[in-house]
Amino acid sequence: MLQVKNLYVNVGDKEVLHDINLQIDDGETHVLLGPNGSGKTTLLMTLMGYSNYTVTKGTITYNGEDVTNMHANERAKRGIGMLFQRPPTISGLKLGKMLTAISRTKQENIPEMAKSVHMDNFLERDINKGFSGGEIKRSEVLQLMIQNPDFVMLDEPESGVDLENISLIGTTIGTLLEKDKHRANRKKSGLVITHTGYILDYLDADKGHVMCDGQIRCHGNPREILKDIKQRGYKECLECRHT
Amino acid sequence: MPSHLTTPDLSKVDQERLAQSGIDLSMNNRCGSFLQMDQDVVHAECSQEGIEVLSYAKAFEKYAWLKDYNWKMVSPDKDDVTKYVAAQKDPKGYVIIAHKGSSNIFPIQACLYLGKDQIQHVHNIIIAEEGAELHIISGCTSGEHVGKGGAHYGISEFYVKKNAKISFTMIHNWSENIEVYPRSASIVEENGVFLSNYVCMQPVKKVQMYPTATLKGANSVARFSSIVIATPGSLMDLGSRAILEGVGASAELITRAITKGGTIISRGHINGKTAGTRGHLECKGLILKDGVIYAIPEIEGSVVGTELSHEAAVGKLAKDEIEYLMSRGLDEDEATATIIRGFLDVKINGLPGALQKQIDASIDVAEKSGF
Repeated sequence: MLQVKNLYVNVGDKEVLHDINLQIDDGETHVLLGPNGSGKTTLLMTLMGYSNYTVTKGTITYNGEDVTNMHANERAKRGIGMLFQRPPTISGLKLGKMLTAISRTKQENIPEMAKSVHMDNFLERDINKGFSGGEIKRSEVLQLMIQNPDFVMLDEPESGVDLENISLIGTTIGTLLEKDKHRANRKKSGLVITHTGYILDYLDADKGHVMCDGQIRCHGNPREILKDIKQRGYKECLECRHT
Repeated sequence: MPSHLTTPDLSKVDQERLAQSGIDLSMNNRCGSFLQMDQDVVHAECSQEGIEVLSYAKAFEKYAWLKDYNWKMVSPDKDDVTKYVAAQKDPKGYVIIAHKGSSNIFPIQACLYLGKDQIQHVHNIIIAEEGAELHIISGCTSGEHVGKGGAHYGISEFYVKKNAKISFTMIHNWSENIEVYPRSASIVEENGVFLSNYVCMQPVKKVQMYPTATLKGANSVARFSSIVIATPGSLMDLGSRAILEGVGASAELITRAITKGGTIISRGHINGKTAGTRGHLECKGLILKDGVIYAIPEIEGSVVGTELSHEAAVGKLAKDEIEYLMSRGLDEDEATATIIRGFLDVKINGLPGALQKQIDASIDVAEKSGF
């Protein structure tokens, strides 16, 4: 589904990602771990097509098509979606209006979908204005439900969310990623940034990657990597030069 | 059911321009109408019991006491505009009276149409007597062929009596040759509510106005909302003022201003003269193309116990907001229009649905042409 080859990314004049290689196949969910400031969010924003993130070298291929130079909306139309960790507040723009704009002619039942993630009382509210951490994440999940992407990127979906809401968000994202289907029948793929690993209880992740200093340093079983990091921190990863 | 408004001399284009300024010729959602074309009053009627829509001349024939409401809120010597109107031997305009306890669900529409290159002058007096509720939409427009020299001078005096309410929604749909000088003032008595809304999404050469509400009565309320776009060559010098005199009086002055190359001067003044009064002034401006937005918010408090605040911000569209919507599949133009639409989306408390719809429709027209 997604192939990233020898990717180098600048933010302004500074090179932030160096030689990133990543392959995510249909139906797979990968986890991206790494200390704060290591470049995880930068990678997701680059894959989404945000213009502040300049690809200086390398390619991003999605379903066989080179999307490296595509705008975010063209990528979204092809099925790439993202849950943002800190989405902007848009004064005056009501969540309900935005959902209608996203849904276009798909005729989704927006009030019902909103209700399923307890956001039915937020449809007339300005997007993210005064939302709590959990409300922001539920709003993001709701937008993704309507967008229904094939490749879902999740930037810390559990940060700022209480345990009850993690369960709701986790289950809903699990459905988005077809975790309710047998592994062989799953088509949707995901890439998840997490620090706590709570979200993995709902996502049944296939592979893990550790990012340090703008490089992916190692790959492996996500739960084992997470266990290692929880026990020993990122010190060894930072010192590790094995890629 | 009031009769249809007929405008036989108007082309289809100009009838469409009337509709865009909020005038419903079919009268489906209106309870009364006043139509003045240049200096001719062609229509004045109201089917709502207890509410009268009269031409200025007829009203003064009918009610001698109206002299007590004439030039009382606006001084005839205020400036050249008021002097010009006061000097007219045959004053035009309308008088709308909502008698004690009356109310209208469907608004009255007042249409001032300028078809020739001349000065159109009007003097309007609007009175909501005790306990009355009166909703008015004022659509002001000009013919598509009116050239340089077209101007509109309008005096409006509003009287909101005890426990009464007036909402006045003015939609301007002029053209790049027209100069417009409204001069209006209102007085609001105990528990009275005055809502004044102004929408101008279309080009105009110059608009200059500074409506003032004096909140005389205890717990009286005034809310001014302005939603404007200045196109290249337009000069919009807009302000609103609230003088808080009654105990518990409160005022809110809200402006959403966008320049696409024109100049907007957004003034505002709240004067808290009595303890227990509150006022808030808010101006948000977006510069889409190089133009000027000059916000001049003034708050003036002179006693302990008045609470006044203001908030003004002028900026550009935020790139991260546009890209956020693009990441959900909207192209750049759609994302931009969606954000601007949201920016202009001011919901006005206490305004009937039909009027809010009309404001939204004016913004829709601007949105369809890509703002």
